Amino acid sequence: MQEIFVLAEHRQGQIRDITFEMLTKGRELAEKTNTELTALLFGKDVKEHAKTLSQYAKKVLVVEDAKLENFNSEAYQKVLSNLIKEHKPLLTSIGHTSFGVDLAPSLAASLDSPLATDCIDLKFENETLTVTRQIYGGKVNVNATLRKAESYIVTIRQAAFPAEKKIPMNGEIVEAPSPLSEEITEKRFIEYVLPPPGGVDITAADVLIGIGRGIKDESEIPPVEELAKTLGGVLACSRPIVDKGWLPNDRQVGSSGKTVKPKLYIALGISGAFQHVLGMKNSDLIIAVNKDRNAPIFGVADYGIVEDLFKIVPPLKAKVYELRG
Amino acid sequence: MDIIVCVKHVPETAEADLKINPAGNAIKKSDLVFDINEWDDYALEEAVQIKEKLGGTVTVITVGSEDADSTLRKCLARGADNAIRLTDQKFEGSDSYAIAKILHKVIKNMSFNIILTGALAGDDGYAATGPILAELLGISHATMVKKIELSSDVAKVNRELEGGLEEVVELKLPAVLTIQTGINEPRYVSIMGIRKAMQKETKVLGLAEVGLNENEVGEAGSWIKIEKMYVPPVEKQAEFLQGTPEEIAAKIAETLKARGLV
Repeated sequence: MQEIFVLAEHRQGQIRDITFEMLTKGRELAEKTNTELTALLFGKDVKEHAKTLSQYAKKVLVVEDAKLENFNSEAYQKVLSNLIKEHKPLLTSIGHTSFGVDLAPSLAASLDSPLATDCIDLKFENETLTVTRQIYGGKVNVNATLRKAESYIVTIRQAAFPAEKKIPMNGEIVEAPSPLSEEITEKRFIEYVLPPPGGVDITAADVLIGIGRGIKDESEIPPVEELAKTLGGVLACSRPIVDKGWLPNDRQVGSSGKTVKPKLYIALGISGAFQHVLGMKNSDLIIAVNKDRNAPIFGVADYGIVEDLFKIVPPLKAKVYELRG
Repeated sequence: MDIIVCVKHVPETAEADLKINPAGNAIKKSDLVFDINEWDDYALEEAVQIKEKLGGTVTVITVGSEDADSTLRKCLARGADNAIRLTDQKFEGSDSYAIAKILHKVIKNMSFNIILTGALAGDDGYAATGPILAELLGISHATMVKKIELSSDVAKVNRELEGGLEEVVELKLPAVLTIQTGINEPRYVSIMGIRKAMQKETKVLGLAEVGLNENEVGEAGSWIKIEKMYVPPVEKQAEFLQGTPEEIAAKIAETLKARGLV
């Protein structure tokens, strides 16, 4: 029976959430297309991971090799491309993560296997793969079809699907030999590095004021910081503010920064790209101020204000001050 | 170091109000301002900084219509030495695979030590052109790069992972590096500087000169074809607060008080 491959992503001993999210979708697709769901697991000493994954897939294909201990796109590409050639899966699903974007495009090019990246949904219709993606920073959705082929590759956006727990599938664990005969020398993993911790832990704050692209100059930050202080909170931000060096990167909320869940999150001039939303959508109360009525942030906020943030900050600070007495 | 930087001329949409055309296959672009893709902007700056430190040349290359010349001029003004624009009506509808094939045909005949490009483009967001180009050229790549240290034949780079974590990877040169925003501070360039750069020449090549046939580019040569564009459905919509800024501020303050947040 033809298979659907889901490549397990793991790092520093942990299977990453995206793996289970892809398995959720993979199970659904396998049922609809009458194929079998196979999880692929590459690494060193990953027996425990294999056991875990066997609860979520019909089969777990394990390739153990010391050269696969840490992620290396070139090593992964060799192993995965061999398995795709041998098994000819209908679909290979890879996370649209830092690891996934380092691997999937070159893998697809080497196999000339049609690739769609950063998918938020996919379905097979009349033997054609249709995917849903977001473009223009999440402001527009696109339905796109892939060129007909025997085998497709997709990368899946994080949190696009729930990581459902289903009836244990008691999948079979199968070991496959590693095709890596020698050390990969063109590209070598050296180490993981964590940026030095800063003075503020935004994940511990009850009140966060998040700032984004709506802030045009560093000099505009102090008045917003005062509002944060008045509310007993701290400043957080989306990516552009860190890119410009206006706040340290431990203040960044989102997939490449911190995940926060404060009692109050006020988003000022943040459009709400999915990477940011991923890090703050579970806040208890979200208030967003943005000039663009169609900004995606209003899709996660409880209260929205379509206005220039600088018109709202001063009176809000005054009102809060007044209420505090 | 001879460096090639692949750039894209894209509409600025982060703060724009986008409208989809009636056919549902494109956004209305007439009201939008176009500029260099934000990620490519950082890639160009990184290339110029490497050149300033180690010597060599910077060549910018793009696939696009005449409009893209303004992006190329900006790059020349910022310190690039040469500019190449690959253009043909047949390139329309190309996905990242077709674009990478076009770039590959030209770049494979050039001499270079490193290719830099943005980790993704702000319009279609495929995040795939750079590593596909590397595969076609048969060289290594690293994506989402936040730091580069170069020696004569090795690049030591930091790749951005999730949650603030980075990994350090070593690559043999030549290689393709895709650049993440925030790696540097792109320099300001004056209008005068851009005018001066207009004297530098841009090389323009079409389909035949690139050496591809029409089935290898555009929609025919792509993996993916756009069928329909639409506004993302909202699962939830915020309750919009109306009034003067003072009235709105009062409403927010009341809400915060009711929830015990003030």
